[in-house]
Amino acid sequence: MKTFVYIDHFKGEIQPASWEAIGLGKSLGSVSAVVFGSGVDAVAKAAFEYGADEVFVADDAALADYRAETYASTLSALASVQSPDLILFPTTARTRELAAMTAVDLNTGVLTDISGLEANGDQLVATRPIYEGKVLEKSVCSGKPVLATVRGRAFPKPEPDASKAGTPTKVEVKADALTNVEGYSASESAVNLGDAGVIVSGGRGVSNNPSLQPPAGMDEKQTELWRAQQGFTLITDLANVLGGAVGASRAAVDAGYIPYSHQVGQTGKVVTPDLYIACGISGAIQHLVGMRNAKIIVAINKDSDAPIFKQARYGVVGDLFQIVPALTEAFKKKLGK
Amino acid sequence: MKIIACIKQVPDSEAKVRAENGQVTWGDAPLVINPFDEYAVEGALQQKEANGGTVTALCIGPESAREALKHALAMGADEAVLVSDPALNELDTVGAARVLAAAIQKIGAELIIFGRQTLDNGSGLTPAQTARILGLPMLSWAGHIKVEDGNVKVDRVIEEGRVTVSAKFPAVISVVQSIGEPRYPSFMGIRKASKATIPVWSLDDLGTSAPAAAVRRTEIMNPPVQETSIEIVSGESPAEIADKLADKILAEKVL
Repeated sequence: MKTFVYIDHFKGEIQPASWEAIGLGKSLGSVSAVVFGSGVDAVAKAAFEYGADEVFVADDAALADYRAETYASTLSALASVQSPDLILFPTTARTRELAAMTAVDLNTGVLTDISGLEANGDQLVATRPIYEGKVLEKSVCSGKPVLATVRGRAFPKPEPDASKAGTPTKVEVKADALTNVEGYSASESAVNLGDAGVIVSGGRGVSNNPSLQPPAGMDEKQTELWRAQQGFTLITDLANVLGGAVGASRAAVDAGYIPYSHQVGQTGKVVTPDLYIACGISGAIQHLVGMRNAKIIVAINKDSDAPIFKQARYGVVGDLFQIVPALTEAFKKKLGK
Repeated sequence: MKIIACIKQVPDSEAKVRAENGQVTWGDAPLVINPFDEYAVEGALQQKEANGGTVTALCIGPESAREALKHALAMGADEAVLVSDPALNELDTVGAARVLAAAIQKIGAELIIFGRQTLDNGSGLTPAQTARILGLPMLSWAGHIKVEDGNVKVDRVIEEGRVTVSAKFPAVISVVQSIGEPRYPSFMGIRKASKATIPVWSLDDLGTSAPAAAVRRTEIMNPPVQETSIEIVSGESPAEIADKLADKILAEKVL
């Protein structure tokens, strides 16, 4: 089988699931990585190191900013000439859009967010979540190539081998952008919940520390936000010690405690870390569907009846403002940090 | 300005959705407007308020999907159109996009607004596929929309931050939650919606036929049942609890 793997990156920062997709492609046959952008030699080099047999590169000022139309047209033109059987993408906001458009161009379909892929004769059968992961489906695509976006952390990541190198093959750019990119502002904190092995999340409870004395002159809402900030600082400290990311419940996001990009759940991000620590999160269904596939779930909550305890492997019924800092200290000691 | 909000009807997110005898079932849980599409209606109404014009809610679905359109009308949409045809039962996302594109052309619009994905299929492909079929610019994952001088500018909310992107009309937009909490239907809105006539268009009315599906479901399964026996960690002091809990987590070898 001939597989293309689209290496998704943002300003050179590569989505790790791109490498997992290379690993998946290699298990089925040969892999050609596809790299678009401007000044992307390092990305192409890394693609060889992670096992790509061949790397197609479109390196052009017109591709400096990701724009769906230009990228899709360039990818469709390349695929029309090269006729891969399968094009894999890591699942991100960009690739859902890029794969969607490419499928229209190539008169085929996309299997999104797959967590399994098996060859059954000459047909590829993908496993993917539907209904927010409440049900799984197996689905097939009769078009050619089959397009699929790969869920982060669902497939093993190959080890890079620095001795592997090659010369990238240049690809012609189809510059037919319909949009202009006018500016970019980075998140206050880098959030990549999809690839995180450890996530420590806070809920509405993070603003409930009565022992904190807010600075004078704050009104009620300001006090609440200030308290929430102190709470999320404790959560961030624990996440940092564990090398993890900070998540949040919808209640915490809606209350303005933390930006939307941190939200785990039905209207946020569905995550599958190895360790998920929920602090002050009661466990509304909309949050649970976003994290219940984590390998180990730990819940810290004052309310022993909170639904989150029904999902958790370990629970602490207690005050997160005491338990979380103590846990940070315990891990610092045990992990030698 | 003519604005179309594309919506879908799905089982309520509280529904206990399960695979049973090769079918997806959700018991007697209600069907509702897809929660992400409420943000699309909200975004459309914001643009109507800012720039004048009308909002048309558009939905593909069975007769029962009228209820989702009524919700959009009750929120403040001016009109609603249901595309319904027995031949549309096996649509994939490209097929849905082709049917929506035909309906959008029939209605005519400067802005076409989608939610970022549906709760049922969840693929999030249809907005960009509709834009591609129509040959229109796609402004995905918008957290903020602003119309000025014949251009539409959005803040695209992605994992890495916010990207400001602009395009000329007409354009397709998909919105995320940052667009603002969807308004509740007003009493007047609900009354108006209950009296509204919602035209139903067949594929013949759109002058098109049912697109063949490339993507097909072959099997559905319930996710493996997880071991959920919880162990409550307790102790004399926070430090003692934390120490025990850290040991247990380390023993799981997930770090």
